[in-house]
Amino acid sequence: MNIMSRLKKVSLAAACAAMLGMGTVAQAAEPTKVGFVYVGPIGDHGWTYRHDIGRLAIDKAFGDQVKTTFVESVSEGADAERVIRQLASSGHNLIFTTSFGYMNPTIKVAKQFADVKFEHATGYKRAKNVSTYMARFYEGRYVAGLVAGKMTKSNTIGYIGSFPIPEVVRGINAFTLALRKVNPDATVKVVWVNSWYDPGKEGDAAKTLIDQGADVILQHTDSPAPLQVAEKRGVYGVGQASDMAKFAPKAQLTAIIDNWDGYYVQRTKDVIEGTWESKDTWGGFDSGMVEMAPFNEVIPADTIASAKAAIEAIKSGELKPFTGPIKDQSGKVVVAEGVSMPDSDLLKMNWYVEGVEDKLPK
Amino acid sequence: MLFKLEPRGGISARMVYLTPLLAVGFTLVVGAALFAALGYDPIHTLKVFFIHPVNSVQGLAELGVKATPLILIGLGLAVGFRANVWNIGAEGQLTLGAIAGGGVALYFYDSNSPLLLPAMMVAGVLGGMAWAAIPAFLKTRFNTNEILTSLMLTYVALLLLAMLVNGPWRDPDGYNFPESRIFSEAATLPIILEGTRLHLGAAIALLVAVILWFLFSRTLFGFQVRVIGQAPAAAGYAGFSQKKMVWISLLLAGGLAGLAGLVEVAGPIGQLLPRISPGYGFTAIIVAFLGRLHPVGVVLAGLLMALSYLGGESAQIELGLPVAMTGVFQGMLLFFLLASDVLVTYRLRLLPGLKRRAGGV
Repeated sequence: MNIMSRLKKVSLAAACAAMLGMGTVAQAAEPTKVGFVYVGPIGDHGWTYRHDIGRLAIDKAFGDQVKTTFVESVSEGADAERVIRQLASSGHNLIFTTSFGYMNPTIKVAKQFADVKFEHATGYKRAKNVSTYMARFYEGRYVAGLVAGKMTKSNTIGYIGSFPIPEVVRGINAFTLALRKVNPDATVKVVWVNSWYDPGKEGDAAKTLIDQGADVILQHTDSPAPLQVAEKRGVYGVGQASDMAKFAPKAQLTAIIDNWDGYYVQRTKDVIEGTWESKDTWGGFDSGMVEMAPFNEVIPADTIASAKAAIEAIKSGELKPFTGPIKDQSGKVVVAEGVSMPDSDLLKMNWYVEGVEDKLPK
Repeated sequence: MLFKLEPRGGISARMVYLTPLLAVGFTLVVGAALFAALGYDPIHTLKVFFIHPVNSVQGLAELGVKATPLILIGLGLAVGFRANVWNIGAEGQLTLGAIAGGGVALYFYDSNSPLLLPAMMVAGVLGGMAWAAIPAFLKTRFNTNEILTSLMLTYVALLLLAMLVNGPWRDPDGYNFPESRIFSEAATLPIILEGTRLHLGAAIALLVAVILWFLFSRTLFGFQVRVIGQAPAAAGYAGFSQKKMVWISLLLAGGLAGLAGLVEVAGPIGQLLPRISPGYGFTAIIVAFLGRLHPVGVVLAGLLMALSYLGGESAQIELGLPVAMTGVFQGMLLFFLLASDVLVTYRLRLLPGLKRRAGGV
């Protein structure tokens, strides 16, 4: 901590003491300003939408004490640094940058604004005033696998991938492990669309997968297009990021929901109280960051029961999705029986488990 | 009631240069009305939109950073558009420039040579040219429509970049995320204004504008471009080669777009990403027309377009205005420009002689 910020703290403390001494608070303190940088438009579904719900939770929790700001549709190239800097220089105390591509710009700007706290979602670079946070969505994908394994008749699952990064590969693997646990004959076909949000491509990918025999469609992309295609073609799908049942009431089996509310409120509180520290958070079902949308009525009761039991077991730590024996695509055991993969291995996952019918783009 | 568009006898030279200003004026007025309708103080909002982003050195520098790729690409496109060569694929040429130039930076990652940056620039220009050469060849050899080929090659370029950053050029320490390593100091464009992001690329863009202005107004080449664009048949009789012009236009625009791509990755971005431009290659088409296909106009139009992005951000931050306002502004600008263009070239005539036909019109 530099001398200036120490001085500021000391004088702040002195001011507080003086106010208490006087017995009256002359004026409400300046509100704490919290800024958000979004990669897409807020809309009514998907990744950015859920982050904005988190922002609204801050508004609700702190009222006039906090003022929140957001900038939407900020592209991940040269623009991000400018927007982050503008938020930092316009008096924001805490800034959430909510996409992986904001990592290097966040770190760059954070160096110039030592007094501002930054929170970067899904990255791996931290600094004294930069925390990272992320959710264990793969836990939700594991539960989706348990359900899909029971619902498929063709034993072929279609999976729409965005980018072949560890986060997405981990989701495919967790899903496939659970799928084949309840249905050893089922396999997963993958189509990469190289986008997080492209309704046209996502819909086409869903059609292709269904034409190849898939009767459950998973997606790691943000638009409801795959679900809408599934609804039309009479197959099932699993929603992404937010509950997408309104787009496909019959097709959506469940959805893996991102819930940042608790984390955002807590970190804002930390800043207000001066207890904010840089750290890495990777929360799953237990933290509330990951939730499942209500299970579709067409799913048999015992399947729902076992899915709910799995959620509880993951919450308590009793069940870890990546526990051996795990075989890779060649059939070789890569994680021995009873061994759980450490987070460090999960974070850089770049191989498929047995049952995925795709060659990972390298 | 019927209207008819009638060609005016001659086009007023003054109006040609006045219409962009008129379009800007109309946009401001309608924009203000829109703000008022949304419940914002119109004058204050316009101030936040157009003044606040540039009322500091930092802001002006950011304007330069944002405008640089738009100007570079717009300058190149303007030449082609004058000669009726419709290169819509600048985005792809930009991407290839970034790939070629960035590839040099990654290949000589450990080099500290002062020649590295110039080599990257040359590679960037050549990369963009190579990509533009494909539609040029197809057009001159098979008479293929360059609008389609250049546009479609954009998607090929984006996939090529995705393949590279997902594969061989991926940062070995980057947890498999699709990004290259961050370029070394020697492969990064120098900052020309201390404490900001304004880099050498901005100066290069201005230099290119001056050179092109000279070429256009003072050389035979500029004359040829104009004649081929305005009167292809006359150009043919004069012995100007249409094919040559296709090649020159596409190579020039491709080279400048490639340079823009390199400037982005070696400047504000500092590495290769799966997507390096938020559509500059397409926005630059608007910039070229807004700038009247004239080098000086393109510089001004590039700055204005950049300002509309910055203004959109500051309106979001300061007023909570939706991001869609930026798009609305840009759309209005183009609409008013095209509308005043039509009205400069044609006059609107009411046709009183034609009575309403039975059953309506």
